[in-house]
Amino acid sequence: MVPLGHYLILSAILFGTGTIGVFLRRNVITVLLSIEVMLNAVNLAFIAFGRTMGSVDGQVIMFFVVTVAAAEAAVGLALVIALFRHRESLNPDMFTSLKW
Amino acid sequence: MLLLIPVLPFLGFLINLTLGRRLAKTVSGGVACLAMFGAFVVSAASVWSLVQMPPAERGVFLEVAPWIESGTLSLPFALRLDPLGSLMILVVTGIGFLIHVYSTAYMREERDSEYARYFSYLNLFAAFMLVLVLGASFPVMFVGWEGVGLCSYLLIGFWFTKTSASDAGKKAFIVNRIGDFGFLLGMFVVWTQFGSLDFQDVARLAGQLPPEATFGTISLATLLLFVGATGKSAQIPLHVWLPDAMEGPTPVSALIHAATMVTAGVYMIGRNAVLFGHAPETLAVVAAIGVATALMAGTIGLVQNDIKRVLAYSTVSQLGLMFVAMGVGAFAAGIFHLYTHAFFKALLFLGSGAVIHALAGEQDIRRMGGLRKELPITYWTFLTGALAISGVPFLSGFFSKDEILWKSFSGGHTFVWGVAVVASLLTAIYMFRLVFLTFHGEPPSAGSGVPAAGASHAVAGNDHDSGGGHLHDAPPAMAIVLVLLAIGSVFAGYIGVPAVIGGSNRIEHFLAPSFAAPGLEPGGEEGASPAEARGEMSHASEPKGEGGHTATGPANEEGDHDTELLLMAFSSGIALAGIGIAVFFFLRRRDAAARTAARFAGLHRLLLNKYYVDEVYDAAIVQPIKRTSDRALWRVVDAGLIDGSVNGAGSLVNGASAILRRLQTGSMRAYALSVFVGVVLILGYYVWR
Repeated sequence: MVPLGHYLILSAILFGTGTIGVFLRRNVITVLLSIEVMLNAVNLAFIAFGRTMGSVDGQVIMFFVVTVAAAEAAVGLALVIALFRHRESLNPDMFTSLKW
Repeated sequence: MLLLIPVLPFLGFLINLTLGRRLAKTVSGGVACLAMFGAFVVSAASVWSLVQMPPAERGVFLEVAPWIESGTLSLPFALRLDPLGSLMILVVTGIGFLIHVYSTAYMREERDSEYARYFSYLNLFAAFMLVLVLGASFPVMFVGWEGVGLCSYLLIGFWFTKTSASDAGKKAFIVNRIGDFGFLLGMFVVWTQFGSLDFQDVARLAGQLPPEATFGTISLATLLLFVGATGKSAQIPLHVWLPDAMEGPTPVSALIHAATMVTAGVYMIGRNAVLFGHAPETLAVVAAIGVATALMAGTIGLVQNDIKRVLAYSTVSQLGLMFVAMGVGAFAAGIFHLYTHAFFKALLFLGSGAVIHALAGEQDIRRMGGLRKELPITYWTFLTGALAISGVPFLSGFFSKDEILWKSFSGGHTFVWGVAVVASLLTAIYMFRLVFLTFHGEPPSAGSGVPAAGASHAVAGNDHDSGGGHLHDAPPAMAIVLVLLAIGSVFAGYIGVPAVIGGSNRIEHFLAPSFAAPGLEPGGEEGASPAEARGEMSHASEPKGEGGHTATGPANEEGDHDTELLLMAFSSGIALAGIGIAVFFFLRRRDAAARTAARFAGLHRLLLNKYYVDEVYDAAIVQPIKRTSDRALWRVVDAGLIDGSVNGAGSLVNGASAILRRLQTGSMRAYALSVFVGVVLILGYYVWR
């Protein structure tokens, strides 16, 4: 059986990848995708913990996270479409009008 | 039943307050008069049932509702009717009703809504005055005391579009406030001393103490209460508001500023007769202030030219006499004078109102004259009032004034007596000056050299203009009231005919229980009341204490009687002499009056300017307050400190946010980064601490 540490290292790598994606990519859709990667990294950690401890709690939380992620993706993509219609751009740095 | 007395006028007030502006004048005036008449009937019935009781236990107590319960203080809202109160409620409701009736005619030229407003104030005044009179404890009295002050303010400033009227209202209110402050403090001292605020309890507890030989707590309490009395009753030094209060409608001057409200101070002292009786120092102050006020107001009254102002100073002077009576311990005499004064002074004011009404708002007596023919009813009733107030024998004022003079003389206060005699001489002179200048002589032709009256003498711009130049005697509603009051002025005194000329001085016996400490054995009363110890209430104690007074002996009484008769003749002579002087100066030889005024020009100017009291107050109190308010309180404290700290707080937030708002970049990634860094920092803290 693969030890818990391996799962956690993979989860950390995925989370880091997602975070870097969120900060560095210049496309809103890619940013959303990166967020999905981060969420799934967390899901992986939950399931690994749950299996190691012999409990289904980790899987239950994972389902909740997947559900929320689906909703977030739907809303997020809708916003992206609206933004694109408005600004003809997907670069998040273009959307900075909500400031002082 | 007792509760109905103040509640009926209050209902009238509520009706006129809420519906008044939609009601016709007949209805709103009728409601007000009816309310007063109802109150009068109930009062009369209450007094009648009171008289039926045996003298020792005359008193009706009614606890309306629990009011203030705090610690050891348990104070119900309670009313009490006793002989003193019963006389007062009859005066307030009886004369009040007559003046309401008079007002229905006098105020007829007002608009409907104004008319209703006037009557609602008048009814409210009556309600508060009755609470003042019937209140069984200091705080209940204080409710009425404040309420009548409010109504006085509202009614003086009734024609509030006129600056002088609204100023006069404010002046009255503020000056009264000073007195009220003294009253409150006095009430607190009474509470700390006796632990009770009920008049009867206080009187009983005070009655058990010996009179204070030196200045003590009771002296302090009574002195503070007396400050309240000077404010309400316009005595030196707080007399300045009453003459200005003549800016109000004339019936208001008659009701509030002559017959009822201004006598509240006298009444209050009478109500606390036992307390004041235990503070001889305060009584001396009361007598001194009274006599000084009587003299000062009398002299000012000699030279004033506004018909109502003369009457106002006359009121101040007569109130001074009442305080003299209180000060020499002759409480019954003071209250008796209060009662008779209510009749003839109301009559005189209403008579002057009829003159003003007839002359379309003219109040300057130099522009009057020869009105006797045109206004016969007014003339004869006014003359009756003038005779009564001057103390002409066998009219009401004679009995009451003479009683005061006699009590102060027999009490050994010869100096007080002397000044009071001068004051009553002055009374006769200025009253008949008024009569002669107004009703006798020739009507002055236009532009006869009298300086223009100016706007301040006209009643309100919109008032009485329909009268035009045409002279008319008082309309029926006014004439009837004048006649009734004239009858009262003649006969009201007969309830107090002194024993020496065959009367029985019923009023004094009737009032006596109100001035004695309740619940004391007749024997113990001797030492308790200093007034009695000085032999001034010998009549009063007759029904109670048989023992002590027979010792004075009939021979002594006999001698007193001769002196009393002599003094009575003397004061009658004084009254007639005053009238004679007035006849000489103001009827026969007007030029002599003018020459005298010219010879004593300085004195004349001093009197005409009312001893410059207003100017002194202005310079000593008003201007310093204004300057302090303007320079220190406004510019430094308000504009500097208060506004400065408020504005400083605002600009601090403003400046700080100008810098901090830069954090809101609008860049999504910057927010995400700050969230990420924050999470890392917090987690890092928990992992590595």
